[in-house]
Amino acid sequence: MSEAAEDVKKPKEPLFSKKNKKLITDPLTDNNPITIQVLGICSALAITVQVEQAFWMSVSVIFVMVFGNLVVSLLRNLIPSRVRIIVQLVIVASLVIIVNELLQAFVPDVSEKLSVFVGLIITNCIIMGRFEAFAMSNKPFPSILDAVGNALGYAWILIVVALVREVFGSGKIWGFEIFGSNLPGEESGIYEMGYMNNNMMILPPMALIVVGIIIWIQRTRNKELVEEH
Amino acid sequence: MAINKDGNGYTFGFSIALVVVVGVILSTISIGLEPFKKANVAVKKKMDILSAIGVESTRKNGEELYEQYVEDSYVISAEGEVQEGLPKEKTAFYLDVQKQYRDKQIDKEDRLYPIFEAKKDGEKVFVLPVVGKGLWGPIWGYLAIADDYKTIKGASFDHKGETPGLGAEIKQDFFETQFKGAEISEDGSYNEILVVKSGGSESKQKVDGITGGTITSKGVEEMVNRTMKVYQKYFSKKQ
Repeated sequence: MSEAAEDVKKPKEPLFSKKNKKLITDPLTDNNPITIQVLGICSALAITVQVEQAFWMSVSVIFVMVFGNLVVSLLRNLIPSRVRIIVQLVIVASLVIIVNELLQAFVPDVSEKLSVFVGLIITNCIIMGRFEAFAMSNKPFPSILDAVGNALGYAWILIVVALVREVFGSGKIWGFEIFGSNLPGEESGIYEMGYMNNNMMILPPMALIVVGIIIWIQRTRNKELVEEH
Repeated sequence: MAINKDGNGYTFGFSIALVVVVGVILSTISIGLEPFKKANVAVKKKMDILSAIGVESTRKNGEELYEQYVEDSYVISAEGEVQEGLPKEKTAFYLDVQKQYRDKQIDKEDRLYPIFEAKKDGEKVFVLPVVGKGLWGPIWGYLAIADDYKTIKGASFDHKGETPGLGAEIKQDFFETQFKGAEISEDGSYNEILVVKSGGSESKQKVDGITGGTITSKGVEEMVNRTMKVYQKYFSKKQ
């Protein structure tokens, strides 16, 4: 990044200009970090068995992403380029530790369920990718928008996958039984008629298949996303 | 004076400043949240003790139910003698049995063993903590002994990081309920509890291990027997 480019006076652009709006909307759809860039798949497989976990994971990622992008963007002219990746890593790691501490203190049950996956946010490629590709060369405000966009793009996929898996795998949403009780001997609702939960849904491969279906739907609707070979 | 940002001095300076700032922020947050985390751990412990006597509790009512069911608690030595006049961190509830078990500085004979006396449906129950090693890390749990001083009334186990679906199954009901009815003593001497491969004999001393979780199952067996041997010394004096 050259400093000369920074010095050129640009006309002040409105807070939510077309370009800034695109920073949020693009990662939600046509440039989604999970379905298009295929990043951050590991956590999408691991913590999408229940909507509640997926929700807290998403909240954590949004937090880390927004503050991370903001901090990196503020420091972008100070960070020595030779150690920039390590500096970015230190920033993600600290934010992740803060999130982990907060979860342990205020939502201990969730923290137990997410266990190591909160720590693994550090290795979530989406975050490091955005730091390096966007925040290092953009001003704080667009960086925040970019972070919100990408984190939400990650979050909605996570929650949709979790919804599918929880509904068909355990017959629940956010822990509430929606099809009635399936306790042996006390079946009610549609379980009485012989419906059974699909145990396959609870296993990790199903997350990959659900993500695959989302990718398929997305590419059918927007042919431009289909790669030519 | 312009600073050379590519110079070694700047790089070092920046790194040192960053680490110091991050260190200060993180330690402040960690210290600030300590009381909340401690409270959570204490409630969790109460919930585990309640779970061993078959009382389901939540984080909200755990404290209250604990007060209601648990009537007394005290600490015994490895020889089965009740210990009096201990400092607060060595009283039954605050004693960290996990730490004691792992600390190589503490001799086996010097370990202390807490007992929680609870009353459920008019019957006295002793709740005893057990700690041990699984495949990947610590495992722990609580056993409830009936007031005949030998029959196991309930068990609850937990683990830090056993393999999900295999070793981690020790915290499932199907595994825990198998301990019910086993007796830790027979004619005044200790009676081993065996965690074995599924199937085989119907002895009440035998518990079906977890398929694919052999090392964790063996860990449970070792931890239960090692600890119960000590408690049995205490109970045999009361019988």
